[in-house]
Amino acid sequence: MRYEAPETLKSAVTLLAKEKGLAFVLAGGTDLLVKMKGGFLEPDLVVDIKRIKGVFDITKSATGFRIGAAVPGVALGENAALVKAWPGVVEGANLIGSKQVQGRCTMVGNLCNGSPAADGVPALIAGNAKVVISGPKGKRTIPVEQVPVSPGRISLKKGEIIEAILLPKRPANSSDAYLRFIPRTEMDIAVVSAAVNLTLDGKGTVKDARVVLGAVAPTIIVVPAAAKALIGSKLDAAALEKLAAACSAACKPIDDKRGTIEFRTKVAGVLARRAAEIAYKRAGGK
Amino acid sequence: MSGVHVTTTINGDAVEFVCNADEPLLDVLRNRLGMTGAKEGCGTGDCGACSVTVNGRLVCSCLVLGAEVQGAKVGTIEGMAKGDQLHPLQKNFIAHAALQCGICTPGFLIAAKALLDKNPDPSEEEIRFGLAGNLCRCTGYDKIVRAVQATAKEMRGA
Ligand SMILES: Cc1cc2nc3c(=O)[nH]c(=O)nc-3n(C[C@H](O)[C@H](O)[C@H](O)COP(=O)(O)OP(=O)(O)OC[C@H]3O[C@@H](n4cnc5c(N)ncnc54)[C@H](O)[C@@H]3O)c2cc1C
Ligand code: FES
Ligand code: FES
Repeated sequence: MRYEAPETLKSAVTLLAKEKGLAFVLAGGTDLLVKMKGGFLEPDLVVDIKRIKGVFDITKSATGFRIGAAVPGVALGENAALVKAWPGVVEGANLIGSKQVQGRCTMVGNLCNGSPAADGVPALIAGNAKVVISGPKGKRTIPVEQVPVSPGRISLKKGEIIEAILLPKRPANSSDAYLRFIPRTEMDIAVVSAAVNLTLDGKGTVKDARVVLGAVAPTIIVVPAAAKALIGSKLDAAALEKLAAACSAACKPIDDKRGTIEFRTKVAGVLARRAAEIAYKRAGGK
Repeated sequence: MSGVHVTTTINGDAVEFVCNADEPLLDVLRNRLGMTGAKEGCGTGDCGACSVTVNGRLVCSCLVLGAEVQGAKVGTIEGMAKGDQLHPLQKNFIAHAALQCGICTPGFLIAAKALLDKNPDPSEEEIRFGLAGNLCRCTGYDKIVRAVQATAKEMRGA
């Protein structure tokens, strides 16, 4: 295996594009190095992107936030402006692993690992986040939900690197939340998860909503019917009931010792409802 | 496999080494530099016995490549005591019998120091969550939590 740590995005892309063998980007390494150690992957080339300028930056502008590809979980939590605008995104990313893992893990790595149970991803999708991709043919920007294709597979092409995540500007009276169910209290993989992003009008009626579920299908899924159940409501019991039913109906989970199909299907509705209530409160609804 | 030449700083000292491209920092520390304080419990980020800091961030050295610390500042358990003077956490781990076999202890000390550096007055819950990435097979954790609480109190008073 060769290790390269180029200082520009361009040379990183070239290295990856030219490699004839198996090549991987290295961000925090908390998925990649575990797979290498376990003998599941034997890369010929690893391209560490952490020496590229700007990859550790979180920048706020008129259009929203730009989060560099190498920003570790712990740094997201340290950014007060980001926490205020996107509490759900940050709480999802901060649920990944331990403090040690937080020192390294990135949201982009979480996304590119392609797990339907990735904690850092549902709130990004609920928040209409996009990724900026650099590749041999130039740059493109796509919605986060277009990255995962199936468990462990993503839509990036050879030589492509995600350089940053873009979160849009928050409208007034708007917030998000993320919840997951795990059998322990920390350090575990989500059995079910839910992210909800809400925008209210001045009177507390939901104007816009996005509901996303994790670990209940081969990829993380957006549930438009669940969002529809909330729009026009003040999160009354009937709307929440409809939301939960829509979420359960959208589930196509696996059955395993960590959670049966029945359990995951039910809990998806419960978590979505609780996440909606938290997001509603954060958005200023009463 | 071609070697990677790395220049870095460990506990304030300039250090140079050559390692394999896929060699974890933990193996570099233990096998090449003779710094055997960091332990390998799992090798996959689950147990925290290999905890070190890289540029001030708490990490598992089993999940960092040696090649990655080029130009970085690494902190290990070997740098915790100042000569014969133990760090208050080390003293309190002894005083509270917060170790039995001791294999988890360097990792707990590094993680506990990182916790207290950020939060000098943590609640018991914050301590337990903060140290959730460190596993201990012997103590049942309570004594470790007490030792950290005692240290926090002592260091705030000092
Ligand atoms: C002990 C432990 C606990 C964990 N707990 C959780 C948990 O609770 N929830 C959870 O969701 N995950 C968990 N994980 C998994 C892992 O930590 C996360 O998925 C993490 O976010 C991965 O990020 P990384 O930067 O370390 O990725 P890396 O390992 O560096 O990369 C992961 C994959 O993405 C690719 N990649 C990375 N960056 C880019 C980029 N910029 N462009 C293109 N491709 C890229 C890599 O090539 C690799 O294939 C845990 C892991 C460990 C070791
Ligand atoms: S040896 Fe690194 S976490 Fe267990
Ligand atoms: S003292 Fe033995 S593992 Fe903690």
